Amino acid sequence: MLEKIKFYQTGSNTVGNRLLNPSMRTIQASVDRPNALISGHRACQGCGEALGARYAIDAAMRATGGQLMVVNATGCLEVFSTPYPESAWRLPWMHSLFGNAAAVGSGLASAAKIRAQKNGDSVVPRVIAQGGDGGTTDIGMGCLSGMFDRNDDVLYICYDNEAYMNTGVQRSSATPPSARTATTMPVGEHPGADWGKGKDVPLIAMAHGIPYVATATVADLRDLEQKVTKAMSYHGARYIQILVPCPLGWGLKSSGLTVTAARLAMETGFYPIFEAEYGKITSVRKIRAKQPVTNYLKIQKRYAHLLKKNADPNTVARLQAMCDQNIKDFGLLGDDQPELNPTAIQAYERSQAI
Amino acid sequence: MTEQIEGSLGVAKAVALCRPGIVCAYPISPQTHIVENLGKFVKSGALKNCDYLNVESEFAAISVSIGSSAGGARTYTATASQGLLFMTEGIYNASGLGLPIVMTVASRAIGGPINIWNDHSDSLSQRDSGWLQLFCESNQDALDTHIMAFKIAETVGLPVMVCMDGFVLTHAFERLELPTQEQVDAFLPEYEPREYLTPKEPISIGSMVGPEAFTEVRFLQQRKMAKALKVIEDVTAEYRKITGHHSGGLLDCYRCDDAELKLIIMGSTVGTAKDEIDRLRDKGVKVGLISLKAFRPFPYEALRKAIGDCKKVVCVERAFSFGSRGIICPEVKRAMEGTGCDVKTAIAGLGGRAIFGTTINGIVRAAFEGKFKDEMTWFDVNSNVLNSYTKDGEGVTFPEGPLSDSQLHASVK
Amino acid sequence: MLKKAFAVTLDPATSLENHTGSWRTLRPVNVFKLPPCNKQCPAGENIQQWLYYAAQGDYEQAWRILTEENPFPACMGRVCYHTCEGKCNRGLLDESVGINSVERFLGDYALEHGLAFKRPTRESGKKVLIIGAGPAGLSAAYHLRRFGHTVHVVEQGKEPGGMMRYGIPTYRLPRDILDKEIKRITDMGVTIECGRKVDDIEAEKAKGKYDAVILGLGAGISQNVDIPQGDTNHILNALKVLGEIETTGKLDSEIKVARKVAVYGGGNTAVDVARSLRRFGAEPIIVYRRNRDKMRASEEEMAAAEAEGVQVKWLSTITGASKDKLKIEKMALDENGYPQPTGEFEELPADAVVLALGQNVDQAAIQKLKELKFEKDSLIVDPVTLETSVKGIFAAGDCATRDRTVTHAIGMGKNAARAVNAYLKGTVYKKQPKHEDAKFEDMHPWYYSEAPKTVRPELEAARRTSNFDEVQHGLTEENAIFEARRCLSCGNCMECDNCYGVCPDSAIIKLGPGKGYEFNYDYCKGCGICAQECPCGHIAMVPEKI
Repeated sequence: MLEKIKFYQTGSNTVGNRLLNPSMRTIQASVDRPNALISGHRACQGCGEALGARYAIDAAMRATGGQLMVVNATGCLEVFSTPYPESAWRLPWMHSLFGNAAAVGSGLASAAKIRAQKNGDSVVPRVIAQGGDGGTTDIGMGCLSGMFDRNDDVLYICYDNEAYMNTGVQRSSATPPSARTATTMPVGEHPGADWGKGKDVPLIAMAHGIPYVATATVADLRDLEQKVTKAMSYHGARYIQILVPCPLGWGLKSSGLTVTAARLAMETGFYPIFEAEYGKITSVRKIRAKQPVTNYLKIQKRYAHLLKKNADPNTVARLQAMCDQNIKDFGLLGDDQPELNPTAIQAYERSQAI
Repeated sequence: MTEQIEGSLGVAKAVALCRPGIVCAYPISPQTHIVENLGKFVKSGALKNCDYLNVESEFAAISVSIGSSAGGARTYTATASQGLLFMTEGIYNASGLGLPIVMTVASRAIGGPINIWNDHSDSLSQRDSGWLQLFCESNQDALDTHIMAFKIAETVGLPVMVCMDGFVLTHAFERLELPTQEQVDAFLPEYEPREYLTPKEPISIGSMVGPEAFTEVRFLQQRKMAKALKVIEDVTAEYRKITGHHSGGLLDCYRCDDAELKLIIMGSTVGTAKDEIDRLRDKGVKVGLISLKAFRPFPYEALRKAIGDCKKVVCVERAFSFGSRGIICPEVKRAMEGTGCDVKTAIAGLGGRAIFGTTINGIVRAAFEGKFKDEMTWFDVNSNVLNSYTKDGEGVTFPEGPLSDSQLHASVK
Repeated sequence: MLKKAFAVTLDPATSLENHTGSWRTLRPVNVFKLPPCNKQCPAGENIQQWLYYAAQGDYEQAWRILTEENPFPACMGRVCYHTCEGKCNRGLLDESVGINSVERFLGDYALEHGLAFKRPTRESGKKVLIIGAGPAGLSAAYHLRRFGHTVHVVEQGKEPGGMMRYGIPTYRLPRDILDKEIKRITDMGVTIECGRKVDDIEAEKAKGKYDAVILGLGAGISQNVDIPQGDTNHILNALKVLGEIETTGKLDSEIKVARKVAVYGGGNTAVDVARSLRRFGAEPIIVYRRNRDKMRASEEEMAAAEAEGVQVKWLSTITGASKDKLKIEKMALDENGYPQPTGEFEELPADAVVLALGQNVDQAAIQKLKELKFEKDSLIVDPVTLETSVKGIFAAGDCATRDRTVTHAIGMGKNAARAVNAYLKGTVYKKQPKHEDAKFEDMHPWYYSEAPKTVRPELEAARRTSNFDEVQHGLTEENAIFEARRCLSCGNCMECDNCYGVCPDSAIIKLGPGKGYEFNYDYCKGCGICAQECPCGHIAMVPEKI
C-alpha cells in the first residue's frame, strides 16, 4: 500500500524523505554516501561550490563504483580543499594549473586506460576534470575545447559562480550583465557588468557534438545527481555546468541563502537547466514555481545598485526580458517545447544593444 | 642495428624502444618529424599500449603529459621555441610535482622576430624550471640520450628535457645505431611510478603549500637535482656498457690533454669544433674542447676537473641573457672560482647563423691573440648588416666584427 | 605503497584534523515548534505526530500517539468540528490537511483490528469517583486509569456516552462505534454504573472511600424562550427531540404530524435537529436571528443540511406562534454585528417549533454541595487544575466551561485527570509550557509537492433524507495515507534529509529512522543553509556563546 501511494510530503524536492524507498532517495540522503569532499575543508560559510562538488563527485563515485579520479583547476575549490598539510578529498585527486584541468584530465584518462591495458585490468578508473567558471570559460577554454575535440573520456564539471571568487570577485565571461564585480563596479552610466559580453559555454560544448552536456544547480539535487550519473554512463567528452552561488561574491543577504539563490536562478529562468546529447537538447528542467527576476536580484548585493531608488528601472526590466527569453528559448514553462536551436543569451543581449 | 636515417626518426625509434604509455605533441618546427613518426608507430600498431594525443597547443601537450605522468604512464612529448614558452607554466608545474616526463626540445630561436632556425635561446630560457636539461652533440648522442633520459627522470623523480639542435640534428640524415629492444628492456624496466593517481591509494597531488613548508619543498627539489649528477653518470656508465655507445654523461672532453685553451660548447657545434680542433692540433695549437652535456643540473665539480689547470676558457654560446651577458660563462666562472682561470663568452650561431670550422678557428685564434678583452664578444656579428641600419638612423657605425661588449656599450654613449 | 612527495602530496581526508566549528558565530539548533493544529485542538492532540506515523503506514503507532491524549478517535473522527483544519498551515499553500478524516481512519482501523488500551502496569491504590459518563467523564476516567487509579463512573442515563449518545444524531455517529470506544475504556478496568443519579456527592465520596471526585456533568437542559403561542402550535426543545430519537428511534407524536417545523437557533444542535427531522420526512426550516457569517454552527454541517433540503430563514426572530404559522420579526445587524429588531414582521408557515437556543447544566445533582460556586450555570474552577472550590472535587466538560463541544469536554477530562493525579500524589498540577508557534513564514513551502485535499466520500443527498445511515464515509487506506502525507510537519522534523544533504561541510549526522539528525559542531561553520532549507522550520540559528 505504501508503495502504491505516489504522493510524498515533499516528493522528490528534498534530499531524501523517510517515506521514500531508499532507492528513490538521493545519494546525498544516504548515511554511507561517499563524502568525496569531507569536513574540515576551508571553504567559506555556505559555500555553494563545496556543496556542488560533493554532490557531483559523490554521484560520480556511485556511478563508477569508486573507480574515479579527479583533476582540479586552480581556484577556490582547489585552495580550500588541499592546503598543506590537509586534504579534504577522499579519492585520487590532483591539481596542476589554472587553465589546464581538461588537458590534464585527458592525460590522466589515457594513462588509466594504458595502465589497465598493460595490467590486464578490466576496470578502468574514470576521470573528472573540474574547475570554476574562470578556469573553465576563460583561461581553460582552449584545453576544454581540445578535450571536447578529441572526445577524450573525461567529464568536465564547471562550478559556475559567475566570477573569479578566489582572486577577489573579478568578472569572468560567465558574469551576468549588470552584476557588480571588482572589475565591473556599480559606477558610471552603466553600472555593473556590461551587457552583451560573455559566452555560453554549455552551448559551445554542444557545438562540439560531444555525447553529453548539461546544466544543473545545487538547488535541485536529484536533477544534478541524475545528470552526473547519466554523464558517467557515456564515454567520451562530457560537460556539466553547475550553478554554485557564492555567498561572499554575490553578497547574499546571508550565508544560508546559497541553495535558495540557486533555486531562484532556476525558477526565474535566469539560469536555464537542460541536458543535451550529441549536440541536441533532450530535456529541460521545468520551472516549478515561476518567480519574477526581482526576487532573485533582491537577495544579492551584487545587484543592489539595480534596486536603489534612483536606479534605472529599465535594467531590471531588461533582466526580466532576458529571463523571459530563456524561458521561451528553452521551453522552461509548462508543456512548452524548447526551440530546436536555442541561442546564447548573449546573442539576445547583443541584439538588444543594437 | 645501423641505419642511415633522419635524426628525428632515430629519436622517434629510440623513444618507441622505451615503450612510452602516452605521446602527445603539438606541431612546431623543427620538432615535428619526431612526433609524426611516433604517431605513425602508434597508429600502425608497431608501438603497443601507447596513446598518441593530437593536442590543440603546447600548453595542452605539457598538461596532457602532466596528467598522464601523474596517472602512472611513461610519458613523452616534444616541442621547440615558441612552443616551449607556451608550455612554460606547465614546465614548472611538472617539475614541482616531480613528474618524470621526457621532452625533446628541438632547439630553435625564440621570436620575435619569428625565426625557425637553431639556437639555444628556447631551452636556456627554461634553465630555472626545475627540469634536467641534457644537450646532445650528435644524432647518435640524441638517440641514446633519450633512452637514458627516461631512466634518469624516473630514478631522480624529475622531468628531463633532451635538447637537440633543430634542423642541424633533427633533419640531418646520418648513420645511426639503435640498440635492440632487448637491450633497452634490460636497461629500462617497466615504469613503476613513485606515486601516481589510483583509486587503490587515493592521495591528493598538488597541494597549496604556504610559507611554512615552501622553502623545504624547494630544498628537497634542489636535493633531487644534486642527486641527479650521480644518477646521470651512473646511468650513462650502465648504458655505455650495454650498448657500447659513447653517448651521454655530464660532459665530454675532446683533446683536452695539455690544452692551453679549452672551448666549452653545447650541442651540435661540438661536431664542427672537433674537426677544426683536429686541424689546429695538427698545426700544434694546444686547444681542447669540453662538450657540456648536462646544463641542469650544472656539473660544477666535473667541469672544474675537466678544465683542470687550463687558464684559458672560451664558451661558445648560442644564446645570451638580455641586459646581461653569456649564460654558460657565469656558470663556468662559478666552477672555476679562485683558480685564476680566464673564462670568456663568444656569442655565435644565433637564429641559425651557421658556425663553421672557420668560426671555431677564428675564436681559437682570437683567444690566443688575447682579443677577448671583454667577458662577452659578439663573434660572428656582421657589421655591414648592422651599419646599414645604425648609420642612417643614429650615425653610428661599427668596425668589422667581432664586436666586444664594450664596443656595443660605447656605441650608445 | 606509494612514495609520497613531501607537502605537495597529501593523504586523503586529513582535513578532519581541521575543526572548522571554531569559525561559527551562529549555531544551528533543532527547535520543536507547536504546529497550529496541535495548538488549536481542544483535546490537546499531538496531531502532527500521529500524522507522521500515519504517513508511513504505521497506523497502530499513530493511533497510540493519538490516544495518548484522546481515547475516542473513531468518534472524534466523526463528530469533532475539527477547528484544527482551519488553522492548518497547508491551508495557506493549497488546502488544509484533512486531519479529521485521518483521525477517523485511525479510529476505525483500531476498532477493526481490535487494538486495546494497555492496562496500567501498577495500581496506585487510589480511588476516584466520576459523576457523568459523557465525553469529559470518560476521558477523565481513561486518563486516571492509565495513571493506575481505580475509577468508578456513575451515570444517570441508561447508557454511557452523554451528549455523544443523546445529543448527536446517529447519521453522524453510529452507536456501535461509540459503544466500542467506551468498551475499550471499561476493558482497562474502569467501571461504569448507569441509570443512577448521585444526589449527595460528599456522601457518595465517603461511602465509596473515594480519594477524589470529578464532576463531568453535561449541559442536558435546553434553554427556553418564551414564545407567545396558541394551543395548537407545538413548541419543543432540541435535546428532548434528539434524546427521543435516540431512545425510541421515533419522533414524538406531536411533531410527527407536523410537516413544516421551525428550528429556532443557529448552533450545531439546531442543525442536528433540522437534519434529523428531515430524515423523518419533515420540512425543517432553521430560523436564526443573525446571518450566515455569524452562525455558530459548523460550516460543513450547515452545507450538508442545505444539501439535504433544510431551509433557513436568516435575520429573523420568532415573536409569536399560532396554529400553523409563526410571527417573524426581521432583524438587522448593527455595526458591532449584533442583531437589532427592525419592527418589520412577516409570517412563516410552521406546524411546530423546536427550540435549539443552547443548553444548560442540570444543577440539581450538585446543589447539595453548598460550597460549590457558579457563574451562570458553570462551576467556577481553577483554570489550571480544574479543581472546584471544594477540595478534592474537580470538574470537567460542559459543567465547567462555556465551550461546550465534545472535543473540549475530552480535553478538559484529560486535564482534570492529570490534576487529580497530581492531587493524589500530594502535588499540584502544572501545565507544561508550550513550544513556540510554528508559523507558515518559518516554513519552506517550495519543497512540498502539490496535492489537493482528499474529499471524503458521502452518501448522496437524495438517499440521506430517508434514513439515519451515516452520511460521511471514511477514507480508504490509500486516501488516508495520501492525506496524512499532505501534512507539512510544521515545526517538527519529518526526516526529509534536507539538512543532511545541504550542509557544505558534511556537519550533520543522520541518526537513522525515527531518530532525526544531530549537528556536528566540530565542523559546522554556522552558515545556516540547513535552517534556511529545512522545509518545516525545525532548525533555528542562535548566536554562539563566545
